[in-house]
Amino acid sequence: MITLTINGLEVSVEEGSTLLEAAQFYGFPIPTLCHMEGLTPYGACRLCVVEIGEGPKAKLVSSCTYPAQEGLKVRTASSRVLKARKMILELLLASCPQSKVIQDLASAHQIRQQRFRQEHEDCILCGLCVRMCKEQMVAQAIGFRGRGEKRSIGTPFDIKSEQCRLCGGCIYVCPACQLRCTFTEPDKAICGGCANLSPPCVEKEPFDDMMCYMQPCVACEIKKD
Amino acid sequence: MKTDEVLSILEKHEEDHSGLISILEDIQSKYSYLPAEALKLVAEQTGRSLVDIYGVATFYKSFSLKPRGKHLCSVCVGTACHVRGAPLIAEEFQRQLNVKASETTPDKEFTLEKVNCLGACAIGPIVVMDGHYFSNVNSPQVNQIIKKTKAGLDDAEIKEDRRVYLLDVSCPRCNHSLMDPSRHLDGSPSIRVTVSTEGEHGWLRLSSLYGSFTVESEFGLRTDTIEDFFCPHCHAELKGASQCPLCRAPMVSMIVRAGGVVQICSRRGCKGHMLDIDGSGL
Repeated sequence: MITLTINGLEVSVEEGSTLLEAAQFYGFPIPTLCHMEGLTPYGACRLCVVEIGEGPKAKLVSSCTYPAQEGLKVRTASSRVLKARKMILELLLASCPQSKVIQDLASAHQIRQQRFRQEHEDCILCGLCVRMCKEQMVAQAIGFRGRGEKRSIGTPFDIKSEQCRLCGGCIYVCPACQLRCTFTEPDKAICGGCANLSPPCVEKEPFDDMMCYMQPCVACEIKKD
Repeated sequence: MKTDEVLSILEKHEEDHSGLISILEDIQSKYSYLPAEALKLVAEQTGRSLVDIYGVATFYKSFSLKPRGKHLCSVCVGTACHVRGAPLIAEEFQRQLNVKASETTPDKEFTLEKVNCLGACAIGPIVVMDGHYFSNVNSPQVNQIIKKTKAGLDDAEIKEDRRVYLLDVSCPRCNHSLMDPSRHLDGSPSIRVTVSTEGEHGWLRLSSLYGSFTVESEFGLRTDTIEDFFCPHCHAELKGASQCPLCRAPMVSMIVRAGGVVQICSRRGCKGHMLDIDGSGL
């Protein structure tokens, strides 16, 4: 067992657990986007930042990838952490404003407006879907492509992957991709059309027997107009 | 694309299938781009997922998934070249070749590419044509560079380039000169050796100009075959101690009269070579 201090409270956790697991176990809330139990930690969204160390040596680390250490002093809600978290949320909001998950998180952190140039992406590159596909569905149908500004997630060559079983897992875990559904371009579809459990698009061809996790299904709404 | 060609590349990297980048580099140097089928084959043979390989192939700028032209023209538009007018040069290339950046001309002759820094900022603006560097380029030179490339850079440079110089070599065992004044290559006496592959013996003449890759052979021009080299006088095998840095084939070593050892790759078509002035690598 490892003993460490979280927000002034001395706690002990099992060796090998991360700061995020430790904090959540003892009831300190840390918001996350790219973290999911059962998938390897990735540290992409940086929303789970916490402050470790003391005085001038204090630094911000992503708690989902930082292993718990003996005697470590962790602050999960210091002013520095909250400031950083707010900034990250504003940036996420600037790139993916239509994501309900990000909107909710921003609202919970008292963000009423963001200061950056508004974009309308449908992906924050958190890699949840890639890890879901690889680790839980054992398919490796989608992955990261390109780099820098052009980095994107999708299948090789942008065509339907042979490994994809249309399980919809990637869409299920996605915090941002209400628009990822490529109903208008079925050839490129990762999800295999819509797969809503109470589908608004059941009657529509060509995905008449598919189900959709989206509620409402954005692609169907677009098609309606 | 031929399946067995890709398979033989994969075979070469058998012991380290983790070296994905070097496998892709070899495929790219063969086809000048990465064909989709080749990537699928690599995925199958190495047990990696196709999406990982595709990720690597799209991550690095040196890999191309689209067929490239015969000549690759890289115009540096890094900061140092930029302030010296590289954008104008890039524009001039686009105008003269009538393609946009990272496109290939319809006749498959040129691929134009903008790169961000070639690490030679002092001599900028830089243009690289098939690995030949042009320094301090200005817009009027663009036309010349294109013309020169079309005429063949390897031929054009031998006469002018001061890095190309004459080597007088001899056999490391009998010290007999390997120079053959009866036959000239590139305007100077050639180097004559005996080669054998698959039980056939014949002569091979190499240009004695260091930096020139002109070769003449009794068997005609073959590529990608590894040959055994022998001294035509004492019939000793001219085997070097090292492997080719480019293709790992055994090297052939010859004594340079002025001092030192020159080693060349025994694979036809491979340009791997080393010049060791003090002979310490022997």
